[in-house]
Amino acid sequence: MPILNRVANLFRRSRIDSEIAAELESHIALRIEDNIAAGMPPQEARRDALLRFGNPTATRENVTAADSALSLDRFWFDLRYAMRQLIKSPGFTFTAVVTLAVAIAANAVVFSILNALVLRPLNLPGADRLFNIDDNGQSLNSYPDFRDLLQRNKAFDGIALYTFESVGLDTGGNPQKAWIYEASSNYFDVLGAPPYLGRFFHSSDERGLDSIPYIVLSYPYWRTHFHGDESVIGRTVAMNRHQFTVLGVAPPDFRGSELIYQPDFWVPIVDQAQVEGSSDLDDRGNSSNWLIGRLKPGVTVAQATGDLNVVAAYLKKTYPTNDDAAKFSLVRPGLVGDMLGGPVRAFVAGLMLLAGLILLAACANLGSLFAARAADRSREIALRMALGSTRRRILRQLLTESLLVASAGGAAGIAASVFLLRALSTWQPLPQFPVNVPVNPDARTYLVAAMLAIVSGLLCGLSPVRQVLRAAPWEVVKTGTAIAGRSKRFALRDVLLVVQVAVCAVLLTSSLVAVRGLARSLGAKFGFQPQNALLLTSDLNMAGYSHDRIPPMQRRMLDAANAVPGVTSAGLIDNIPLGLGWSQTSVFKSGTTDFRDSNATALSMAYGISPGYFKAAGTTLIAGRDIAWSDDKNAPAVVLVNREFARKVFGSVSNAVGAHFLHNKGHDSFLVIGVVEDGKYVTLTEGPKPAFFRPLLQSPSTETTLVARTSADPHAAAPALHDAVRALDAGLPFTLFTWEQELSSALFASRTATVALGVLGLLGAMLAITGIFGMASYSVSKRLKEMGIRIALGANKLQVLGAALGRAFRLLALGSVAGILLGLAASRVLAFIVYQASPSDPVVLAGTILAMMILGLAATWAPAHRALFADPSRLMREE
Amino acid sequence: MLSNTKTNRGQPMPKNDLQGSLDLLVLKTLAQRGRLHGYGIVLHIQRASDDLLQVEEGSLYPALHRMEQIRWISSDWALTETNRKAKYYKLTAEGRRQLQLAEENFDQLVRGVRAMLRYA
Repeated sequence: MPILNRVANLFRRSRIDSEIAAELESHIALRIEDNIAAGMPPQEARRDALLRFGNPTATRENVTAADSALSLDRFWFDLRYAMRQLIKSPGFTFTAVVTLAVAIAANAVVFSILNALVLRPLNLPGADRLFNIDDNGQSLNSYPDFRDLLQRNKAFDGIALYTFESVGLDTGGNPQKAWIYEASSNYFDVLGAPPYLGRFFHSSDERGLDSIPYIVLSYPYWRTHFHGDESVIGRTVAMNRHQFTVLGVAPPDFRGSELIYQPDFWVPIVDQAQVEGSSDLDDRGNSSNWLIGRLKPGVTVAQATGDLNVVAAYLKKTYPTNDDAAKFSLVRPGLVGDMLGGPVRAFVAGLMLLAGLILLAACANLGSLFAARAADRSREIALRMALGSTRRRILRQLLTESLLVASAGGAAGIAASVFLLRALSTWQPLPQFPVNVPVNPDARTYLVAAMLAIVSGLLCGLSPVRQVLRAAPWEVVKTGTAIAGRSKRFALRDVLLVVQVAVCAVLLTSSLVAVRGLARSLGAKFGFQPQNALLLTSDLNMAGYSHDRIPPMQRRMLDAANAVPGVTSAGLIDNIPLGLGWSQTSVFKSGTTDFRDSNATALSMAYGISPGYFKAAGTTLIAGRDIAWSDDKNAPAVVLVNREFARKVFGSVSNAVGAHFLHNKGHDSFLVIGVVEDGKYVTLTEGPKPAFFRPLLQSPSTETTLVARTSADPHAAAPALHDAVRALDAGLPFTLFTWEQELSSALFASRTATVALGVLGLLGAMLAITGIFGMASYSVSKRLKEMGIRIALGANKLQVLGAALGRAFRLLALGSVAGILLGLAASRVLAFIVYQASPSDPVVLAGTILAMMILGLAATWAPAHRALFADPSRLMREE
Repeated sequence: MLSNTKTNRGQPMPKNDLQGSLDLLVLKTLAQRGRLHGYGIVLHIQRASDDLLQVEEGSLYPALHRMEQIRWISSDWALTETNRKAKYYKLTAEGRRQLQLAEENFDQLVRGVRAMLRYA
């Protein structure tokens, strides 16, 4: 095993050296002995032996070379030499390693996110054949349409339906809020994963509505709430006060049909009436479910889409009121169809691009660092070449150095990214919804990071190659500077620097645009006042309330809240605006007879509220009156609309009050009693949307949010409100947040975008500063002597500065202009994610220019100082 | 001619190459004498060639170490008759095969060179 021997040799390097020395010494000693034996005097014998032996050092080196000729050893030698060289210039090494580490860490983190959200499919067998089915670009479908699709399609092995819900689960003691999937009975068959414990429910269990009284626990929920007890299978638990049996436990890494939703358990959707207290399974107009289908082997996406649209044609013909626009398409699953998928994929891809630019900037930096270093070492290199070293050997040495830097930087970067990703993986960004992105780095991440590090190392290491190849040792030794190839090299470095400054300016512009957008959205008109308000969200269904017991309990909750010291007003709403749930519906003018959606006057947000909601929420009443407790189910159906609704349906606010409109396919006719201001309902970036508000007494809902306006800090009133509601019914689970906390879900996207861009912008700025600094200080140090002479000859400060840094400033300006223009173009993409992200904002433009100037100033301060205060007499004495 | 100073790193002995002759001499010496240290090899070649061939130490030791790396010879430390520590080399089975090859190659080379010189 020669290779083992070679490896072993690596570790007894010094022993081998001394062994060679001993062998050669013994040779000389033997000759001396023979010489003495032949009669020479000892002195003479020794002289003769040494003479005959020749140059002992050269021989020893040749023997060492022969021993290490088989490259591994030589590589080790190169490595040690490179290490020594790097340790000799700690400033250079530190800068290079940190630069690379930062860029690699940024890329590894962003890549992991990309990997987790975009590249990696659902963690299910044959996931490449799974697709969400969208209707008209919306991922939502109704249960009856699902049944038709399931029965009539020919392209899928199976189609499953699911939706999200929160319930109160009682395992003995008070019910606790849990997040679940409601799933069609074939759900697990379509996804195709085996259970971890017990079994899953199947289509064969289904015998009509409420027929499968089983739940399947997720692995983490089983661990945390049932202590991983295997005897849990068959145990009965109460969900929203109905009995269910634990049927099985899903595998540890099984999250079902979505990537970032952490479910607690799965419930058959046929039990919806029991779980939610009401059911919309028979309502073809209620699209609130997601579909996921598994394509048959050999069926293409196009074929499947065609097949589904044959079903769509049938649905259109058969159910014109609800399905007259049915048009199905297949969408990558994992991020609730294209609802999140579209923007998330676009944004993460954008981030990846920016991270790539960061890496490019880092490479540009490293490249000029290495080039500058090679230029500084041109004398040493020339000397080595003059003494007989080959170009190849010197290049290999430079390359080893850059690879060493790359490995160190890569390792540091990967370590940092692992740390960051671990933290990110456990992060729960939304307080009220179990969302979490498992971005733990996998083999792919490590591979990409290592590849990036090595490639950048090689690229940077190669930057001075030309310089070395062209160097004519005699010229360098003669004049002390490398003349050959100089102008060319600077041209390359200049381009790198401009690119880098431009990248930095792009990042700065886009992060400033995002920050401005976020600041604006925080101060935007929501149509309510989130300051000084508490939100108490509960679902009476979880505590077993139904029908006639609901309104009195809601009234009691409001009375209890109003009695809490510090609470000035309180009101209920079924879906809090800018929260996670909403309901949208078609409305029709009075007198309409054709109730197809395409004939609707407007698509309006629909809310149910209690008296006092608008006061508690801080929403201004523009005209008419608020609802009263007398507007109950026996009174005429009344409604308040927002300004946009009034404008769109009735033409003006004054026309709206006292007018009627139709809803629910003409079954309901509402009298408009008042108009309130417009607001934001689903996202911060949305335009004005029509909305109407009905009394909860006329459109009952068990799931409500109680808004309590407080006179001072809402945190102070929170414990009292908590206790007051608990005192009403200890068995009612609820959540209590300030409205500003609750808004985090609405602001989440723009906040994340701002933070991500801000961090990348900061990194870009750091790299640009070090890049300009490196370039400026290098050019100053190269020309310091010239500066000295200029000063001695009476040049003024401005002239000296111009000569020393003119180039750096010109490059900075050029890069900044290019970067700002690019950044403004790129920011148009941001407008989709961040509220009112406008690139044509003078503050952004001024801010970027100012930042770039400060950056330039910071980077050139020290070199400029050095050039200005160059001491001619001292410089002249040197060399 | 034979005391060439260039080493031939890591490569097996090239065919019909004068550079290979140092390897041949060393291998042959070890075949004739069994175990021998470097100094002994120098002396043996000198004596056996009637002082016609002088091997230089600067070439011999790199060659020895190279052949040891590629497993034609092996070495161990032992004491000389005069009680001095020296590194002794001996042929391996692979080295024996190489020797045979090298001898054939060399014969060919000599015949070729001779034919060349006789050509009128």
